[in-house]
Amino acid sequence: MADAALTASPGAGVAGRGRFAARAARAVWPVLMIVGVIVAIWYAACLPMNVKESLNQAERAGAVIVPEGGQARRDASPWVLMAQNPGHLGGVWSQDRPRLPAPHQVAVELYETTVGMALAGRAFSNRSLFTHAWVTLSATLLGFGIGTALGILLAVGIVHNRAMDMSVMPWAIASQTIPILALAPMIIVVLNSVGISGLLPKALISAYLSFFPVVVGMVKGLRAPEAAQLDLLRTYSATRAETLWKLRLPASMPYLFASLKVGVAASLVGAIVAELPTGAVAGLGARLLAGSYYGQTVQIWSALFAAALLAAALVGLIALAQRLVLGRMGMAR
Amino acid sequence: MVDPVDRRLSHPAQAPASLAPVILAKGLDLTFRTADGPVQALKDVDLEIGRGEFVSFIGPSGCGKTTFLRVVAGLEHPTGGSISVNGMTPDAARQARAYGYVFQAAGLYPWRTIAGNVKLPLEIMGFSKAEQESRVRKVLSLVELDGFGGKYPWQLSGGMQQRASIARALSFDADILLMDEPFGALDEIVRDRLNEELLRLWAATGKTVGFVTHSIPEAVYLSTKIVVMSPRPGRITDVIDSDLPAERPLDIRDTPEFLALAHRVREGLRAGHAYD
Repeated sequence: MADAALTASPGAGVAGRGRFAARAARAVWPVLMIVGVIVAIWYAACLPMNVKESLNQAERAGAVIVPEGGQARRDASPWVLMAQNPGHLGGVWSQDRPRLPAPHQVAVELYETTVGMALAGRAFSNRSLFTHAWVTLSATLLGFGIGTALGILLAVGIVHNRAMDMSVMPWAIASQTIPILALAPMIIVVLNSVGISGLLPKALISAYLSFFPVVVGMVKGLRAPEAAQLDLLRTYSATRAETLWKLRLPASMPYLFASLKVGVAASLVGAIVAELPTGAVAGLGARLLAGSYYGQTVQIWSALFAAALLAAALVGLIALAQRLVLGRMGMAR
Repeated sequence: MVDPVDRRLSHPAQAPASLAPVILAKGLDLTFRTADGPVQALKDVDLEIGRGEFVSFIGPSGCGKTTFLRVVAGLEHPTGGSISVNGMTPDAARQARAYGYVFQAAGLYPWRTIAGNVKLPLEIMGFSKAEQESRVRKVLSLVELDGFGGKYPWQLSGGMQQRASIARALSFDADILLMDEPFGALDEIVRDRLNEELLRLWAATGKTVGFVTHSIPEAVYLSTKIVVMSPRPGRITDVIDSDLPAERPLDIRDTPEFLALAHRVREGLRAGHAYD
C-alpha cells in the first residue's frame, strides 16, 4: 500500500543523535561561563571571610599590620581591614583552617582523598572519600529502593481505592512537613532499642524522604490514560489488575522517571542527615560532622562536593535509564 | 450452543433466528445527572438492527448518537426502556465478546508494536500464544497492513493507525462492529479510501456495523440503513433504508439515487433543527 512511504525512514534516529551532540556542544560555553563566574565570586568571597586570620598570621611572621594586634582587629570590619592592609591579603587563599576554603584547596583535598589515595593503593582506607561515599551510597540505594517500592504501592492503592484516595495523601504530605532532622535521631534510637542498627535505620530515613515524590508522580501517572483508553479495556471486560498492568503502569513510566530523579536526590539527603545525629563514624555525613568538630573546613567542603557529585551521578544514571526505557517504549518524544 | 433466548426465537411461530434483530431498543431513555441538573441524552429511542446490516447514525453534536453506541456497548446504562444485543443485556453481550469497538482516536499504545496492539484484546481474553499469532496475521492482512506488525504506532500514518485499530476490534471475531466516528480526524482522501476498504471488509466478514458519523456522504455511501438523530433531547427523527446496490464504487456518489438519499438525510437533519 502507498502508505508505506509515510513511515519514518530508519535514518531518522541517527540524525536525531547528531542534532543532540550539536546542541550539547553549543551548551558547553554558557555552562563554562557560569561556572567561571561562580568560581570568581568564590575566590573573591575568601577575602573578607579569611582576612582576619590571614592578617594575624602575617603579623606573627613579622609584618606590620594596621591596626596592630589581633585584639584590636577582632571587631573591625573586614572591608576596612582589607583597605588598610592591601599588601598582606595573599594568605586568604592558602590557610590551613580557613573560614572559607578557596576552590583550589577543596579541589586538592578532593583529589588527595580520592584519586591520590587510590593511586597510593589505599582507595578504601578510613580517610578515603570512596569509603565514606560508599557507606552513604549503600544506605541511599537501599532507602531509595524501599521508598520507590512504597511510593508505587501507595499510588496504586490511591488510584484503586476510594478510601485510600481520600486518606493517604494528607498523611503523606504531613509526613514531609516534619523536619527530618528532628525525626532522624528518634528513628535511630527507637530502632536501636529493638536491636536494629547499621544500614537499615539510615535506609529507612532515606526512604522516608524519597517515597513522597514517587507517590505524587505515580498517582498522576497512573491516572494519565485518557477515558477512551480505559473504555477500550472495558469493552474487553478487562479486570482492574489487567488495566493496571497493561495500561496504567506502562502509561505512568514518564511520570515515574521524573519522580525518581527527585526521589534519588532526596534519598541521598536522607542518608547524609541520618548520619549526623547518630555519631556515625563513616559516611559523608560523618565526614561533615567530624570536619565541623575539628574546624576542618576544607574537609567539610570536600565532603559537600563529594555528596553533590554523587547526587549528580545518581540523577544522571536515572536520566540515562529514562532515555533507554522510554526510547524503547516509543514514549521518548 | 443454543441458549434459551435462541430457542424461543427459533420457535415456528416466531421469525427464524437468522432474521432476529441483533440490536433491539425499545423506548430507550438516558438522562445524565450533571452539576447543572439532569441532561436528557436519549429520549424514547426505538430501533431494530438486523444481522449483517450497516447502520449509520448521523446528527449534530449532542444528538446522542455516540451515547446510543455506548449504551449498546454497555459503557453507559439507560435510565428507561429496554435494549438487547444478540438477545442479551449489553453487559452480558460484552462478556460474550459480541462486539468490537473502534474509537475516534486510534488509541494505539505507543509502547506496543502494531502486532502487540492487535494482540491486546486477545491477551486479555486468554487466547493461546499460537492462536494470538495466527489471528494477528489474519486481521492485519484483512486491513492490508501485512508486514507492518513489527512497526510502532508513531511510524505509521494516521490512516494506517486507524486501520490497525479496526484490526484490533476485529481480532477476536465479534460479529458486531461499533465504530464511533473512526475516520473523523482523517483528511478527505484518506477517508474515501478507508470507506471503500470498510465496505470491502464488511462484505467479506458479514458483520453487523454501527457507525457514527458527522458526514452525510459517508453515511449514505456506507450504509444499508441511515438513522438521523436530532439533539435536546437526543432522539431519532428518521430511519432511511438505502436502496443503493451492494456493489458501490466511489463514483456512485454522483448518481441521482445517491444524491436523492443524501437530500433526504439533509432534510431530516434540517427538520430536527427547525425548532431551534
